[in-house]
Amino acid sequence: MDQFLQQMVNGISLGSIYALIALGYTMVYGIIKLINFAHGDVYMIGAYVGFAATTYAQLGFFAAMVISMVSCALLGIIIERIAYKPLRTSTRIAVLITAIGVSLLLEYVMMFFVGAEVKSYPQLLSQKVFNFGAVQINMQQIYIIATAVALMVLLQYIVHRTKTGKAMRAVSIDPDAAQLMGIKVDRTISITFAIGSAFAGAAGVLVGIYYNSINPLMGIMPGLKAFVAAVFGGIGSIPGAMIGGLSIGVLETLVSGYGNSMYRDAAVFAFLIIILILKPTGLLGKNTREKV
Amino acid sequence: MKKLFVLLLTLALVLGSFAGCGGAAEDAEATEVKIGLNYELTGPVATYGQASVDGIQMAFDEINAAGGINGMQIKSVLLDNKSDSAEATSLATRLMTQDGVVACLGPATSGNFMATIPVATGNGIPVISASATADEGVTMDADGNVNDYVFRLCFNDSFQGVTMANFALNNLTAKSAVLIQDQSSDYAKGLAKNFVETFEAAGGTIVATEGYVKDDKDFNAILTSIAAKDFDVIFLPGYYQEAGLIIKQARELGITAPILGADGFDSEVLLQLAGADALNNVYFSNHYSNLDEDPMVQDFITKFKEKYGADPNAFHALGYDLGMYIADAIERAGSTDSDAIKDALASTENFVGVTGTFSMGADHNPIKSIVVIGLENGVQATSVKVDPK
Repeated sequence: MDQFLQQMVNGISLGSIYALIALGYTMVYGIIKLINFAHGDVYMIGAYVGFAATTYAQLGFFAAMVISMVSCALLGIIIERIAYKPLRTSTRIAVLITAIGVSLLLEYVMMFFVGAEVKSYPQLLSQKVFNFGAVQINMQQIYIIATAVALMVLLQYIVHRTKTGKAMRAVSIDPDAAQLMGIKVDRTISITFAIGSAFAGAAGVLVGIYYNSINPLMGIMPGLKAFVAAVFGGIGSIPGAMIGGLSIGVLETLVSGYGNSMYRDAAVFAFLIIILILKPTGLLGKNTREKV
Repeated sequence: MKKLFVLLLTLALVLGSFAGCGGAAEDAEATEVKIGLNYELTGPVATYGQASVDGIQMAFDEINAAGGINGMQIKSVLLDNKSDSAEATSLATRLMTQDGVVACLGPATSGNFMATIPVATGNGIPVISASATADEGVTMDADGNVNDYVFRLCFNDSFQGVTMANFALNNLTAKSAVLIQDQSSDYAKGLAKNFVETFEAAGGTIVATEGYVKDDKDFNAILTSIAAKDFDVIFLPGYYQEAGLIIKQARELGITAPILGADGFDSEVLLQLAGADALNNVYFSNHYSNLDEDPMVQDFITKFKEKYGADPNAFHALGYDLGMYIADAIERAGSTDSDAIKDALASTENFVGVTGTFSMGADHNPIKSIVVIGLENGVQATSVKVDPK
């Protein structure tokens, strides 16, 4: 039982990271029906911005996180303006291919500047470990879970209680009608990219601190799994992305812990296939009014 | 358009024949001997290639300063294969057919080295690697015949796996082990297979086998389930990039058992990733140790520090030995004929190098000892030499 609880702690920490990245996928899909494959690489850039802020500017955890979120938000807006906006009336496949192109561009430009070798973060948080019975929770895990919960609450507030949130919901339902009602569609789309990218930046810094290892290709696998999480939860649905992220994290941990670690990734993707066969829109996919 | 093409083709052929003449003219003078260096200077395994080249250049500089080989100065032709096996093949062809080298050194990694073997056999020019440790397909072909023109200066992976199993059994008196292996690399699989065979044959038991793939970052799940089990040592074949994280996370979860690995641990990055606190009770097999008190090794370390301003690692030492070894063979051959050099390489007896004294075996693998290094607070603290049986 103790071991099970410990595995749940491990799984929820990992799942919180997936959930933060999955939110960006789901928000962008909700508003312009685009699978933004460059999203995992925005997360990688966030990790490097955090690395620069902590290593060269000697900043603390919160300052580094804020700088990383702001930088990624700007990067998200720039990517949308340069790469996706000119293609808004083109076919969806053209935009999808462009997204893959942007992803490769970010990876290899980064590799050119920082090199392919892994970098490690300085020690920012205390190594303190809290014991609850036989279950251990360390400081980094607490920060990851707390940050993820705080950001998700903030996002729910923005989407449901602010004017911008109302605009985002309106654009996701019908962009043309929203424009006729006087909503600035371009600005709303930019804000959506900014928020989604800022969350990915936060996830990047958390991963850098937790695992202490970053490299220019680190965004590929988490990006893919966060995409699976978003689809699993019902792409376009914000609560779906959170539930999806946490489920994938816990599932992965339980397969490694109790099943066979050799089949971990196979199990995750097999689970996705089963869910999609049984419920093609994902867990919360039918809840169209929630789309953002 | 067609005319332009014909013109360019003619030009290329004419220039090509001039290049050939140039090579022949230089050979006739025989005041220098050309050796090709085909190494990974950029790309994912660039650190291995660069370190090897530093070691080789240091050896060549020493030989040239002392008057060269039989009065001939060594001239190295250094090319970058970009850590790519197709590039390694085409560079080997270029070195042998255009640059007129008498032998080729490198590449550093097994996959790239193997890609140059058909070229070496076809041209009858020897290729030697100091660090291609793969078990199969290097010095022997698939049918078990020795590749005449292929040599290496390092032990192979199975010897490392066997040595670490014996080290666990005898030096650490271990009876049970957990295996955590990198499933995406042949290197790790080869090590794991030989470790398990030796360990179980001596009565040890493998309590659990866990796997991961390259670039994984989260190992808490497998480590939590391991922590609940009863075992004496962890064997972790793989590269420093993931091994550093596994060691860090294992120690954070309170696993204090000894962790064993192989030469893939030999990098500064291991210390950066794991942190000094976690790197206690960690052992790995290597080609060479800076702690070796042999005067020749200490002399090498001093000279290396003077030249490059840093401590040498195993790849520097292997590169240095490789440079000395080829020079020794050319000197004994008494000519720059590639076949004479090949015979001299094959008949090497008791060559004294900084990575140990060795004789070349009939299968073109050296018979040499291995070093097991122990880390304390991230620093190499102990080293044990194990001789081949």
